[in-house]
Amino acid sequence: MTSVPSSSTRDALGRPLVAVTGAGVVTSLGQGKADNWSALTQGRSGVHRITRFSTDNLRTTIAATVDYVEGAVSSAPFLSEKLAVLAAGEAIAQSGIGTPGDFPGALFIAVPPVEMEWPQRIALARASGRTDDITYADLLRAAGSGAFSAWHDLFLFGTVAEHIAERFGTRGSPISLSTACSSGATAIQLGVEAIRRGETQAALAIGTDGSVHAEALIRFSLLSALSTHNDDPAGASRPFSKNRDGFVMGEGAGAFVLEDYDAARARGATILGIVAGCGERGDGFHRTRTSPDGGPAIAAIREAVSDAGLTPDDIDYINAHGTSTPENDKMESLACLAVFGERMNAASGSLPISSNKSMIGHTLTAAGAVEAVFSLLTILNGRLPPTINYELPDPAIGLDVVPNTARDATVSRVLSNSFGFGGQNTCLVITAEPGA
Amino acid sequence: MANGPASGNDRDVWITGIGLVSSLGEGRSAHLAALDGDSTAQVDTDTFAPYPVHPAVPLDWSKQIPKKADQRQMENWQKLGVYAAGLALEDAGLARDSELRRTVQMIVAAGGGERDYAVDGQILSGIGKAENAEAFLNERLMSDLRPTLFLAQLSNLLAGNIAIVQGVTGASRTFMGEEQAGVDAVRIAHARIAAGQGDIFLVGGSYNAERPDALLIYELGGYLWKEHFASVWDRPGEGGGFILGSGAAFLVFEARAHAEARGAKALAVLRGVSSDHTRRHPGSVGVSVEKLWEQSGKAFRGIGGAVLSGATGVAGVTEEERGSLTKLVPGIPVHATGDMFGHTLEAQFPLGLALATAAVEAGRLHQAVVTSVGHKRGEGLALVEAAPNGG
Repeated sequence: MTSVPSSSTRDALGRPLVAVTGAGVVTSLGQGKADNWSALTQGRSGVHRITRFSTDNLRTTIAATVDYVEGAVSSAPFLSEKLAVLAAGEAIAQSGIGTPGDFPGALFIAVPPVEMEWPQRIALARASGRTDDITYADLLRAAGSGAFSAWHDLFLFGTVAEHIAERFGTRGSPISLSTACSSGATAIQLGVEAIRRGETQAALAIGTDGSVHAEALIRFSLLSALSTHNDDPAGASRPFSKNRDGFVMGEGAGAFVLEDYDAARARGATILGIVAGCGERGDGFHRTRTSPDGGPAIAAIREAVSDAGLTPDDIDYINAHGTSTPENDKMESLACLAVFGERMNAASGSLPISSNKSMIGHTLTAAGAVEAVFSLLTILNGRLPPTINYELPDPAIGLDVVPNTARDATVSRVLSNSFGFGGQNTCLVITAEPGA
Repeated sequence: MANGPASGNDRDVWITGIGLVSSLGEGRSAHLAALDGDSTAQVDTDTFAPYPVHPAVPLDWSKQIPKKADQRQMENWQKLGVYAAGLALEDAGLARDSELRRTVQMIVAAGGGERDYAVDGQILSGIGKAENAEAFLNERLMSDLRPTLFLAQLSNLLAGNIAIVQGVTGASRTFMGEEQAGVDAVRIAHARIAAGQGDIFLVGGSYNAERPDALLIYELGGYLWKEHFASVWDRPGEGGGFILGSGAAFLVFEARAHAEARGAKALAVLRGVSSDHTRRHPGSVGVSVEKLWEQSGKAFRGIGGAVLSGATGVAGVTEEERGSLTKLVPGIPVHATGDMFGHTLEAQFPLGLALATAAVEAGRLHQAVVTSVGHKRGEGLALVEAAPNGG
């Protein structure tokens, strides 16, 4: 494909092709694609001891928080917005679309659910003047003074999206969404669908999460979801290993500028890749556990592959959800084996799968977007980021997980998996620029 | 963003099921009576005094959530939603455990919640005296929080519970963002059906107002109405504000071809829906409502129709919306859904749409325009009308 066709370019199913023209990322490994890719392919971990808040009396004391950003504090809406601004700014600058503050398209942003946090509750309790038997009636009385009105906006679910929309000048009503740990992938999917149906020629899709604070960590801890390898932070996240014991919470943001392929070509944009397929499936099995037979995950993977007009044999590499929980990694392995068969076997070496979470932890709401950016970088750089901390393979999972060391490979089609609490399964297929 | 009528009849968006619950009761008749002015708003002025709330009518949860274990895993905002979702699915003729239910996709507008108020109170009472406040907080949360409370708080777990309890496992997406989440859930489901990106959707939201932490967020911003009950239209002159209401509404949207193929009837047709997000300044809401009307309300013929407004009662935006509606459709009845069942945030637009659908289905209205102007941000408008040949 060397010339810009006058008629529109369509995918295998006759729909407009959705190009990625800009990508941005921030994680515990660093800010921006260059730093992240360098660390990721060196097998460096961003997991560390938590210093942002006290870990006294906690079962887990490690996380992959983003502490280097100026003004980083434990406040989910505040930090999530900061991270989103960084990732989106990088993506928009790379795409060269619009003018600063005037993004000619829609915004889809995955944000962590917010609620009032402890510093605010404590301040209200103090302002109430009461010291014993404090109830919400006291907090309400203090709130009525009007002295804390800024916290109304801070803790509305739609505020981060509004701030991002106003900062970058996106069009229309911004969408704030959550599909738990697959949220970032859903943001991209919503953007892809909007472009495919011709509603917009461009979309800014973001996943962001800066929600590591004491109570957030405790909630996951009480569900026994977190690793307790506190003495070895960098070695704690061990996807697909026999001694994996839970995920490590992470923070970060990922962003894509998505465009109608022809519109992007017409304005002379560099096409970084294509979001070729999306698949999703619900699961009514359990609130936190996935169907043990992997049925919904299998269906989501198949749907993403066929939505891209491909067959399983066309996939070159899988960017795993790979949380390092005993259950997810087993189920994901099962699902991949069911769809891709023999090619998944480590011995055949023909379909590698690796987990970025071994290094950046689980960035939760952001994970699907962060890992989509890394999937794109895998294609662009022809190099597979490893699954680190793979010292004790789980014999029940015989996959080629790109153990411990990055390796070169020609990759033009990546499957990126995201599975979450509440039966959320979302998969994306990202491919190389068709003309490349 | 605006969705006009679908180009081909096959992709018309039919509403084939509704389920609604509020302080007025459960189902169509309780809500139609309010539209007729035959019932008065139910207001509880005592429980959360000085803040009145419209409390949810007591429900027999087991009618829609048969397993006690499921009920225990949810807080009321989720139970209300799962209940209303069940009503909508039954109404659409999608039998429990049917294969069809498993193909339905969801777009759910949700907030979150709910706190363990006793635990929070104990921590707040003790933390001032603790030697090490952070260590105290960690210790108490680790020992006092119910592990499963998290699952009653996560926004996407309303959809997750609908999947588990109601067997809707096509896929789900949860939109957040107060009133506008409800508007955009409707808009995107409509757009996807019209564009052939899905055939059958369950769309809606729920809200539990009987929560001190919910009241707290709105009291912080000075948005709560604390006087005797008054119409939302009359509140701006006295400072403005809303009375939170508990409620939920879900609707089944279906491509006409899909509904016809399974012999389902249209209760009403969702002709169009638009939403926008304007920077708020005096006059901006009025302009926005007129623009949305131009996009999705133009086919409103007037006579035999009505507007169901989600107006909050907040000063400024309420008068602006009313002013624009008076200009656009003088002489057409404008009903404030907030006067009937209070302000239900994410659920307000779906509730208005479900009520409009019931009114059209019952032949009380030929057409209805449903509006939403968020207390802080976002505007939306939809047009529903009677199905061709009565469906």
